[in-house]
Amino acid sequence: MTDMAVETTTSSEPLPRTKTDWLPLLLVPALALLALPFIGSGSTWVTLTVAGLAMGMMIFLMASGLTLVFGLMDIINFGHGVFISLGAYATLIVLGPLAGWGQADSVWLNLGLLFLCIVVAMAVTGVVGAVFERVIVRPVYGSHLKQILVTMGGLIVAEQAIHAIWGASPIPLQLPQTLRGAFVIGDIVMERYRVVAVCIGLVVFIGMQLLLNRTRIGLLIRAGVENPEMVEALGYRIRRLFVSVFVAGSALAGLGGVMWAFYRQTLTAGMGMEVMVLVFIVIIIGGLGSVGGCFVGSILVALVANYVGFLEPKLALISNILVMALVLIWRPQGLFPVARR
Amino acid sequence: MSTSPALPLAFDETRKSGGALSSILSSDMPRSKALTFILLAIFVVLAATPFLFSGSQPLSTAAKICVFIVLVASYDLLLGYTGIVSFAHTMFFGIGGYGIAIALERLGATWTSVVVGLLAALVLSALLAVAIGLLSLRVRAIFFSMITLAVASAMAVLASQLSDITGGEDGLSFQLPSELRPAFRLLSEPIFGVSINGRLVAYYMVFFVALLMFLLLLRIVNSPFGRVLQAIRENEFRAEALGYRVVAYRTMASVISALVATVAGALMALWLRYNGPDTTLSFSIMIDILLMVVIGGMGTMYGSVIGAALFVLAQSYLQVLMDAGSKALAGMPVLPNLVHPDRWLLWLGALFVISVYAFPGGIVGRLRQTKR
Repeated sequence: MTDMAVETTTSSEPLPRTKTDWLPLLLVPALALLALPFIGSGSTWVTLTVAGLAMGMMIFLMASGLTLVFGLMDIINFGHGVFISLGAYATLIVLGPLAGWGQADSVWLNLGLLFLCIVVAMAVTGVVGAVFERVIVRPVYGSHLKQILVTMGGLIVAEQAIHAIWGASPIPLQLPQTLRGAFVIGDIVMERYRVVAVCIGLVVFIGMQLLLNRTRIGLLIRAGVENPEMVEALGYRIRRLFVSVFVAGSALAGLGGVMWAFYRQTLTAGMGMEVMVLVFIVIIIGGLGSVGGCFVGSILVALVANYVGFLEPKLALISNILVMALVLIWRPQGLFPVARR
Repeated sequence: MSTSPALPLAFDETRKSGGALSSILSSDMPRSKALTFILLAIFVVLAATPFLFSGSQPLSTAAKICVFIVLVASYDLLLGYTGIVSFAHTMFFGIGGYGIAIALERLGATWTSVVVGLLAALVLSALLAVAIGLLSLRVRAIFFSMITLAVASAMAVLASQLSDITGGEDGLSFQLPSELRPAFRLLSEPIFGVSINGRLVAYYMVFFVALLMFLLLLRIVNSPFGRVLQAIRENEFRAEALGYRVVAYRTMASVISALVATVAGALMALWLRYNGPDTTLSFSIMIDILLMVVIGGMGTMYGSVIGAALFVLAQSYLQVLMDAGSKALAGMPVLPNLVHPDRWLLWLGALFVISVYAFPGGIVGRLRQTKR
């Protein structure tokens, strides 16, 4: 997925390109087409597919930061879920004073409110992420066992802190007025919020791809994933890069948390940890450290969950595990293996 | 992999020849006066609880401590001795509980159904442990943590959805074999003013099975097999280079640990006469186990005794203390919330993080350092 070609001005010949691995990408449309005859009705299929895409985008938002942090820093953050919960709770900061914007029957005010929620949530989770990195994660670089334990500990403490600040009971959350309901085109029913979620997810994914593949900082990040010592030897402060990626990853989790919270319409401190199970499945499927793999994995898991949930509801519970097992049998390192450690 | 000097290999320096106690404890002595004293105290109190305290509350706490000692010790075999983090330990705990519960409910309250339920649970646990191990330990140890988390949560959802079999969220209540019921009298005369009824028999069954399991685990970690596990923990590649098949050893360790956890789950269900998602299967129990192992001391079986005893006591009695603190701070803005009795996990979580940094050997490691 990572496009390794670098245009150089000095040499006339372009550097050899790494081959793009198309096979996993084809998996998604193949799956969608395969499901069509089983579902039968075309309009149901479109509804399910849109729902699956929306869910996939939200999972991608939550998972992308984690996989990037792992790829770059070789850190597995089991406390990532807390940023999701925190992002979700941060919406309350905005929704408190600006509740009127949500009630108003104006698309722009409603979208503005959503946008403000996202900005505030990302800011809060970014700052907390920086603190988390400094206090919890930094002393345990290099030891996976300690990382898992310590980030789990951070998760416990942070979840309890959310309880202490916002109370332990679930808080209901209302979607802004115009984002409720669904678009109906003929037989096809698409929930409005899901369409918004797909758009936001796509924008973030494209933005990340551009940042990683077309900018200097993206180049440094990709180089850091490949060989951190070499990047450091060339005079770049890889530590600063690490911290900024960690902060960005936390902020993305916060963004995912906002989207997830409006989707569920309830806030609980444990909501992040609940969805973390899906997030882990997705980054394992995608290949630890690969943003593109994470994207494909999210959509794959969400589509399968939606189709199976429609066809055989009992099976939906373990469909994710089945998808993961199949992918790991096919490619033990995930769809797009990145980190060669 | 970094070396962790605070988790020392149990070197043979302490292996003294002879001694009945030494052979019961597999030559793995506590190696600290304070630790010996605490362990002895816990042992004596647990053994004599029915005669020391009256009422059912202390007996239940003691039984819970016994069960959790086994559960935590079996988890320590994975985490402390082999160096892999599993989040599926409650799954095996739950399988044990459900095995007993389903068998006793369906097949009637006989000892045969206890045996059938336990055997079925053990077989299922072993199969699952092998499957997870072979799928994930092949690649990287870190996969194992994530995959166990995923499988365990799927299992929890499955248990709550298949309500025809498992009773769903309500769980299953069942009758025990007549020898374990409160109405049963083993001796007609009370001893020291305590009547020897079925409840007492049940407690001592839990106590002795737990003791047996603990000694068995102590035997395993001090066997050549246990030494290989510790070698894998310290340096995977060197162990592989020496000719040990790391994957096979890790899978074996996870199977043993799963089987012991299953037994612990069965004990829990037998004691409670009930099994449900909240008592054996929930993720919060997994977090409790992690806290107990790390606070007690990773890589020492004795750590699990201290961790479990401390944690279960804290669960019951720390809240009382915090309630008092919360009332004292009433009127301040956020502070009363921080010491609210429901927030006890916050402080244990902080203690957990601090112990991972500052005392990787937990309480046991600390005691051994100060008093040689």
